Amino acid sequence: MNIVDMLLTHAPALTIAIPLLGAFLTPLISRVSEKGRNIFAIITVGITALFVFLMASEVLSNGPMTYVFGSTAATVQQSTVIRILFEVDALSIFMAIIGIILSFVAVVYSYAFMEKNTGLDKYYTLLLLMTTGMLGMMLTGDMFNFFVFLEITSIASAALVAFWTNKAKAVEAGFKYIVISTIGALFVLFAIALLYGQYDALNMAKIAQSLGISGFTFIDKIALVLLIAALAMKGGLAPMHMWLPDAYGRAPASISLLLVGATQASLYGLFRIVFTVYGDVISLPSISIGWILVLLGLITMLIGVIMAIIQTDFKRLIGYGAVAELGYMALAVGTGLTIVANADPNITLETAPFAMKAITGGLFHVINDALDIGLLFLVAGAVYYATKETSLNKLGGLARNMKYTTIFFIIGLLAVSGLPPFNGFASKLLIYESTYQLNPILSIVAILSSILLLAIFVKVLHSVFLGPALPKYETVREVPKSMLLAMAVIAGIIIVFGLFPQVIVTNLVEPAANALVNNSGYLQWLTGGF
Amino acid sequence: MIANIPYLAVAGLIIIGLYTLLFKKNLIKMVIGITILESGVNLFLITLGYRMGSVAPIFTGNADNPVMSYPVPQALTLTSIVIGVAVLALMLTLVIHIYRHHGSLHVSKLGGDDQ
Amino acid sequence: MIEMMLETFETGTGYWHPLVWLVAFVIIFLIVYIIRGFGEKKYKKGTGQTQAFLSGNKEYDKQLMHVQSSNLYWGWTEALKWIIDVLKKMHTGNVSDYVLWFVVVLGVLLLFVGLM
Repeated sequence: MNIVDMLLTHAPALTIAIPLLGAFLTPLISRVSEKGRNIFAIITVGITALFVFLMASEVLSNGPMTYVFGSTAATVQQSTVIRILFEVDALSIFMAIIGIILSFVAVVYSYAFMEKNTGLDKYYTLLLLMTTGMLGMMLTGDMFNFFVFLEITSIASAALVAFWTNKAKAVEAGFKYIVISTIGALFVLFAIALLYGQYDALNMAKIAQSLGISGFTFIDKIALVLLIAALAMKGGLAPMHMWLPDAYGRAPASISLLLVGATQASLYGLFRIVFTVYGDVISLPSISIGWILVLLGLITMLIGVIMAIIQTDFKRLIGYGAVAELGYMALAVGTGLTIVANADPNITLETAPFAMKAITGGLFHVINDALDIGLLFLVAGAVYYATKETSLNKLGGLARNMKYTTIFFIIGLLAVSGLPPFNGFASKLLIYESTYQLNPILSIVAILSSILLLAIFVKVLHSVFLGPALPKYETVREVPKSMLLAMAVIAGIIIVFGLFPQVIVTNLVEPAANALVNNSGYLQWLTGGF
Repeated sequence: MIANIPYLAVAGLIIIGLYTLLFKKNLIKMVIGITILESGVNLFLITLGYRMGSVAPIFTGNADNPVMSYPVPQALTLTSIVIGVAVLALMLTLVIHIYRHHGSLHVSKLGGDDQ
Repeated sequence: MIEMMLETFETGTGYWHPLVWLVAFVIIFLIVYIIRGFGEKKYKKGTGQTQAFLSGNKEYDKQLMHVQSSNLYWGWTEALKWIIDVLKKMHTGNVSDYVLWFVVVLGVLLLFVGLM
């Protein structure tokens, strides 16, 4: 009892500290043995996963959990104390579960995928650093701490995107990614400085309380616009999405998987700021601010799908598919925001219940999209490992030699395009039905994009796996077992989420949606004194 | 008016940084533009902590109680400068690799959009 | 626990039960399989009975008949050429253009929030 309780109270800090310690121990261990370092990385991520699930069981039953780095008293002699507070509520733990599943699968997949490369000690160090940054972004309750973890994640992931330095395109993609990330992060810092200058607080809950007292001034509007634009750029919403196919398409496949998690962590930051920090004041007099997210989501879906049909490179095509899926999330949460952030007192959540369903659908789509697009990236990596070829025009007839990979690709294809009985259908059904009630055109565009996504991936299936047997691929064998195991774990989760969606939605997604819409749970420690 | 000069400098630095990123074609000049942009944001952070007629926020042994500027923005700026150094090192390393591959630093060489 | 797994997935205006769908799928698959079993069982493999009928024309080598992936969906891409060309010109790959789009969106959002 005692040891579990002690681990539970320190779990938020340990979730960040264990991968960080593992990242800096990896070069030391790799001097001793190579296989030992790979096993050490898997064990580190496994222990972090245990802590995340321990926190999940606590947060989902007892409410938000806080952890303070600094003084436990809120004020000392009537002046506020400088400290960093981690606040884990249902939305944070939902995103952390996604992040740690993606990280674990990436590390298991890298065991065999990256085996023939040199410089692997740097690879595993950067991968564990990226896990730290991602989890830190999701668990923190302090704005400047969010910026620091955002920068850690972007630096580690830019170095990993450019990992294959012998290829010119990978280095170019890494350069473009770090330029875009830095500009986004600098504008986030500018907005954080504006908010600090107004309210003398860096804590998200304290800023939310001060905003509620003082109202929506002009400087707050500027800070909100800067934050939305910068975090939307980091989250891959059009028309600022163009770095995404470059970075996802040229990185190693396991890193593309983690980059999906990092992009969704930026979208989590956007939702947290718009709903929780600005929750009480965000209402413009004539039109709701949620229409920004709805329009960005619409444009993202259309551009992503239309650009994907004409691609000839395997992973770049999946990258454009990922852009389209991000549009779904923005569309769904934006639909909810148009009702929540409405200045008209007659339109509330009770009179428009589709808003809650829209936010639930959007958040459920976050985890479904991470799993589906992740599985497709892993299959692309497996095909690259077996044939050293990425162009769709040159591949063909691989289903004869790689049977399991084909089955996983078919599962990923059906899940991404939203066909029953997989998990994509459940979340997309929520999105279609709830956005229809805001405006029918939104639902029509969403269904059209789903059909085009099916068309895109059937094209890939035809080109890569079906077709006549090419003579140069006769010696291609199935990929090693650890890669198949990683793909099987994700395919298993996809099937389980598809067959029992109500269990997941009631226990994981609806608490997260409630925590997003109603920020009193986030602010409760301010009055309780902590 | 004189108290607003640092804010005008911040606006000027950010505009110069964005101009360099948008309109210059040499990769090294773009990296310098990012550094200028980051210096502008750091200057903004420091300027927020200044109070009129204040001294550095260090407790010396003196008995008089001078007005001290806020120490928190100074800590934030130090963190931001360190992050900027790490990003600058990474960007310059990638520029070196790009130069080795292509032999030139023109930004159109980064196209790679083979459609 | 079993009862929790058998719940229906409620959207606000409809419902979806994947296990019922699965049972229906299995039943329909069995019916189709039985109907398939009523087909012709006696045929000689490898003769003209199993080849595709192309109105008397010779069937070409499979590798010549395979459509390459960049030529698939030709009709769709040809019909939407106007928008695909606009999008291709937009995606230049130039980092300055990426930052330009960011500044444009930032400007539009500032106007939107400032004027409304």
